[in-house]
Amino acid sequence: MSRLLPVPAVAAALLLAACGSEPAPPEYGANPTLGEYERGLLPSMVIANPAEWGDRQPVVPEGFEVSAIATDLGIPRQTLVLPNGDILVAEGRGGNAPSLKPKDIVAGPIKAAGTTQVASGNRLTLLRDADGDGNYELQTVFAEDLNAPYGLALINDRLYVANQDELVSFDYTVGQTRASGPSEPVTALPSEINHHWTKAMTASADGRYLYVGIGSNSNITERGMTAEKDRAVVWQIDPLTGMHREYASGLRNPTALAIEPGTGQLWAVVNERDELGPNLVPDYLTSVQEGGFYGWPYAYWGPNPDPRVMPQDEDKVAATITPDYSLGSHVASLGVDFSVTALGPDFAEGAFVGMHGSWNRSVPVGYKVVFVPFSNGRPAGDPVDFVTGFRDEERNETYGRPVGVTVDPRGAVIVADDLSNTIWRVAPSEPFNVAEAGRAGSAGMEPGEAVDAAAEPAASEDAEAPEGATDASE
Amino acid sequence: MGVIEDRRHYVAVHPFHAFLAAGMVPPFLGALLTDWTYANAYHIQWSNFSSWLIVGAMVLCGITLVFSIVDLVRRRAGRAMLHFLAVLATFILGFINALVHGQDAWAIMPEAPVLSLLVFLLACFAAWTAFAGRRPGGVR
Repeated sequence: MSRLLPVPAVAAALLLAACGSEPAPPEYGANPTLGEYERGLLPSMVIANPAEWGDRQPVVPEGFEVSAIATDLGIPRQTLVLPNGDILVAEGRGGNAPSLKPKDIVAGPIKAAGTTQVASGNRLTLLRDADGDGNYELQTVFAEDLNAPYGLALINDRLYVANQDELVSFDYTVGQTRASGPSEPVTALPSEINHHWTKAMTASADGRYLYVGIGSNSNITERGMTAEKDRAVVWQIDPLTGMHREYASGLRNPTALAIEPGTGQLWAVVNERDELGPNLVPDYLTSVQEGGFYGWPYAYWGPNPDPRVMPQDEDKVAATITPDYSLGSHVASLGVDFSVTALGPDFAEGAFVGMHGSWNRSVPVGYKVVFVPFSNGRPAGDPVDFVTGFRDEERNETYGRPVGVTVDPRGAVIVADDLSNTIWRVAPSEPFNVAEAGRAGSAGMEPGEAVDAAAEPAASEDAEAPEGATDASE
Repeated sequence: MGVIEDRRHYVAVHPFHAFLAAGMVPPFLGALLTDWTYANAYHIQWSNFSSWLIVGAMVLCGITLVFSIVDLVRRRAGRAMLHFLAVLATFILGFINALVHGQDAWAIMPEAPVLSLLVFLLACFAAWTAFAGRRPGGVR
């Protein structure tokens, strides 16, 4: 009963909750200090208080500039840079998980207050900057009547879109601004309940397979284990036949996938479980090992058993792989992509990670885009803030919430913001001279690179999205 | 020989008050049983049942609390005070129990069945105090 004891709970202010201690700053890297299991009578909650940007702008590093290249979208989640530099934006809101307990009915509207109120776009929008001046003068609908599209990938002349319930594809020729017909089904994706509905996707470096991230159907099994069949997994899908197999499991909510260009290795950012305390459990960036089990629901951050799972499975706990890199608890990482040399020496090698921001913490965290430096295909060093200013702590206002991040190989980072329904582009104020730095095309995965995307199976990035309301549970 | 109204005993509990006070007992008992079953069966649906049974019981308990306050104001009798305190205790502990049941999966253990038992016993006592010693009045 000791967990009950710090009971400052003033029920009237449902924002409050009972965690005894002031949360420490998030722990990053390979060996984070795990916090204590703390949960009062109410979960700690501080919900984003949406506000207009006004004259404000996101804050970017010196030598970079930021601009809004598209606005008034229908909840942009993930983006894809096409071979000719056009940008596709997946827009929508998914999830149809019913309220199961009184808690869901109370917490649902509270969490929803921190998200946009616009209608789900259920479409792909195409952005074009024909003259390369960084101003995207064309904003047009590429395809519509989709079902909460999220993951995007291009393999040769086929555009793949991961709806919340189905993987579909379109014909694509470079320069096209409108899909030539309705989408064609590739395979159904697990969609019953869809507590975590986003279907993150990327293509393998050789274009042979698609990888799709499928989140769990609950925070921590509270919808029963039968709801978790084919959940919290990454599927490997053959795009030609639609056949799939489970590539990795125990990944609670793999909200974005990307291929590390130097090694061709699949990486994921994963949102971990809530309501264990302000400093549990770290969301993480990890290489995804084939056949690997990453813990959910039985264990977290390696073999640390979750006391809320019963019956427990000791073998599963023991088999849990420790992820590569902690991003901090509750940051809600929803986007990841690997950098290119055109972004300058400070950001040449590493991964950009979009953090949607916390709800389950008395001191909010996340609400920014960070850069995790890599060396030899592995994380090397602390994360560096890349785009901030989405939230003003003193005014308690939130202007935007980053979701997908995509690197434009010509030298820009595209950030989808699903609160202000904006696409942000962060680019060097003056182009870096990349002539001598030759990582370009090293893994044939940059869509817009000089490589001929038609000849080279170029897998492109993808998009991932937020959970129902970030965890409509998160 | 005059008829004198016996005010001391003219204190019958209001029928709706009686309905509420007795009515909150079964759902609190139900929550105890479903908690007990979840503890044994691990099947999450029992825990969901508990959550909703507690909500239902708390609605009845909350209105009972209002009646008990009205009673207290009107009569200021010791019995009314005892009843009020019993209902208040049931309500407070029942609310805490509802919050405990708002945790996910096995996190509600072991507090949930313990609290459900205490709340059930309190609810029984509160219902008892609604009726005990209160009968239709008479004359003497």
